[in-house]
Amino acid sequence: MHQESYNDRVVRQFTLATVFWGVVGMAVGVLIAAQLLWPALNFDLPWLTYSRLRPLHTNAVIFAFGGSALMGTSFYIVQRTCHVRLFSDRLASLVFWGWQTVIVAVAITLPLGITQSKEYAEAEWPIDVLITLVWVAYAVVFFGTIAQRRVRHIYVANWFYAAFIITVAVLHIFNNLVIPAGLWKSYPIYSGVVDGMVQWWYGHNAVGFFLTAGFLGMMYYFVPKQANRPIYSYRLSIVHFWALISVYMWAGPHHLHYTSLPDWAQSLGMVFSLILLAPSWGGMINGVMTLSGAWHKLRTDPILKFMIVSLSFYGMSTFEGPMMSIKTVNALSHYTDWTIGHVHSGALGWVAMISIGSIYALLPRLYGREQMHSVPAIDLHFWVSTIGVVLYIASMWIAGVMQGLMWRATNDDGTLSYSFIESLEATYPYYAIRLLGGALFLAGMGIMVWNCYRTIRAGSAETPVAVMPASSTT
Amino acid sequence: MSNGWSWFIIILTLANIAACWWLLATNSKRKPGEPAADETMGHVWDGDLREYNQPLPLWWMMLFYLTIIYGIGYLILYPALGNYEGLLGWTQTGQYEQELVQARNRYSAIYDRLAPMSIEELAADEQAMAIGHRVYVNNCSVCHGSDARGATTFPNLVDDDWLYGGSTDAILSSVVNGRAGMMPAMGPAMSDEAIDSVVQYVRSLSGLEHDAAAAAAGKAQFAVCAGCHGMDGAGNQVLGAPNLTDNVWLYGSEPAQIREGIVNGRANRMPAHGDLLGEERARIVSAYVYKLSRDANATP
Repeated sequence: MHQESYNDRVVRQFTLATVFWGVVGMAVGVLIAAQLLWPALNFDLPWLTYSRLRPLHTNAVIFAFGGSALMGTSFYIVQRTCHVRLFSDRLASLVFWGWQTVIVAVAITLPLGITQSKEYAEAEWPIDVLITLVWVAYAVVFFGTIAQRRVRHIYVANWFYAAFIITVAVLHIFNNLVIPAGLWKSYPIYSGVVDGMVQWWYGHNAVGFFLTAGFLGMMYYFVPKQANRPIYSYRLSIVHFWALISVYMWAGPHHLHYTSLPDWAQSLGMVFSLILLAPSWGGMINGVMTLSGAWHKLRTDPILKFMIVSLSFYGMSTFEGPMMSIKTVNALSHYTDWTIGHVHSGALGWVAMISIGSIYALLPRLYGREQMHSVPAIDLHFWVSTIGVVLYIASMWIAGVMQGLMWRATNDDGTLSYSFIESLEATYPYYAIRLLGGALFLAGMGIMVWNCYRTIRAGSAETPVAVMPASSTT
Repeated sequence: MSNGWSWFIIILTLANIAACWWLLATNSKRKPGEPAADETMGHVWDGDLREYNQPLPLWWMMLFYLTIIYGIGYLILYPALGNYEGLLGWTQTGQYEQELVQARNRYSAIYDRLAPMSIEELAADEQAMAIGHRVYVNNCSVCHGSDARGATTFPNLVDDDWLYGGSTDAILSSVVNGRAGMMPAMGPAMSDEAIDSVVQYVRSLSGLEHDAAAAAAGKAQFAVCAGCHGMDGAGNQVLGAPNLTDNVWLYGSEPAQIREGIVNGRANRMPAHGDLLGEERARIVSAYVYKLSRDANATP
């Protein structure tokens, strides 16, 4: 009798793509961090200027690294927790190759200066159309698999992936409604402050649903698996899930404090950002408390270390976010490097570290091995990247607060005490520390590449994994 | 905003907050029939994934309730619910205007003393020049440089070469109203040969290396240019036409750079700063620029 097996081929593809794009995206990040310190590093070439590489960096780490990680793990998890093979192998393959095509197209067009000039949505309209098609295929595979599940109850990780998939589709489509003016140029259908509001409704929910909800889905599978403990509280899952996805939708206007956005919209953005604190922390509590009773494992399992530290950074940045959304705090922090520090506490500390931990747990299983080639190398990676993140965010915090204070300092005659260039000069040492932090994080990825290579070389992807029969209790 | 939209926002906002409260309240206690905290929910996925059903942590619930209560308080006090203006009557425009008034009150003594002074007097006043320096570095240095020596397309302010005149009135007018420099494109009206010869002639005016024969031919062609730059090439400050004889080059002195200007023309703009700086500080920064130039060109 033919035995049904899991489609792990597409998961393997996405996992390798995650590691590859992680290295590429972070390397570009290190280059532009160096450019801030040594501007000559753009070599006077337009396609190497900071203004073009910065969006390349953000797109590469969010959509190439993060996107591949989310798609790969969601395909893995949805099969395991639905006890069924993916809805369609051909569509799944299309999702992989389609997404890689999108990434390459973005990586070519952005350095050429082709951009919509919308943060995290820079790709021009033909690429946006392709993204939409790939995303629909992704949704069909994911929800098709859910529909064919052999357990009645849908596992919590899938709720978060589902919310991520549906919401990102809505955000992407509405923020990219444009009128094309040629193949590589377009104008948004919104104008002025409405365009700004739509952009930050998109931009903040990209953080909320791509970088938070999606990765919470990853967390909800790999943390209990790795700790071998039940999830702490089903009830907490329910409350924080629904609160998180409903409240996040409103938070966008806090990116537009003290602008021409009407006062009422700014206030709503701030109020809902504050209410968002507890729902965000619900995920952290559920993850961290799942480890209670298994704390001793942290001593021996560096994968769990990655996960627990990622949850700590998640908790930290989701506290910092609501705080920065308060108008008076924002008046100091906005436009400074504090924002950059905040973003990287989330992006490196939470998103990258939970992905790295999950891949270390996942990769050996995809290649028929018990564990990674070298566990001490995982530990080394953990320490290198943790020190890297701490250097990065601490330097940007200090730099940001310093810039905010310098920009608002006034003399006895009412003139500004510092010129912009003076604040830039004062930031140089912190740019150097940030570069060091980023370089350490990238070096950690180098360790990971080596470890993955050795694991894959000694493993085998020949034997398909049979679908596990659903437990009779459900 | 129309009433309909206002109510739309109010209802959506309050409904979402109420839903959070309800979600929290209905899940704060164990429901009859649910497994106890230390038992799993009974579902198993992927062999070993299970869920406990621990109660919501009390401190977390309190935090959630507190942020909701704070949020509702904020919605009552500040503008947020559609057209409702909030009990405090706060607006960001109001806050800005209030801060302006405060600043005016705090600094009026200083500016009252400086207001009656002429720009020449301001240039000799130590306090005015300290203010002028800060205003300059925060507004002008972005283009003209911290040392006021300019850059390509941005005029040098200390070389005693003025496009629109270096008198106090002319400088003040440049600061307050800005300037729009325009050299028309001559490419369509001249042959390539004529353009090349004018390039050589223009270089010769500043004593730069040039082809003498071409320059001589260019002199005849220069009549077209003389309308603005003058027969002798010394420029015209009324029009902002640069002096071509002083070896000061806004766009560079290479033949290719001069040629580019003749063929395609030039357009340059100094933005008006009157509204941004206000009259008092516009006068002070004009005095600062006036003094910079005078000091740099004073004979020792």
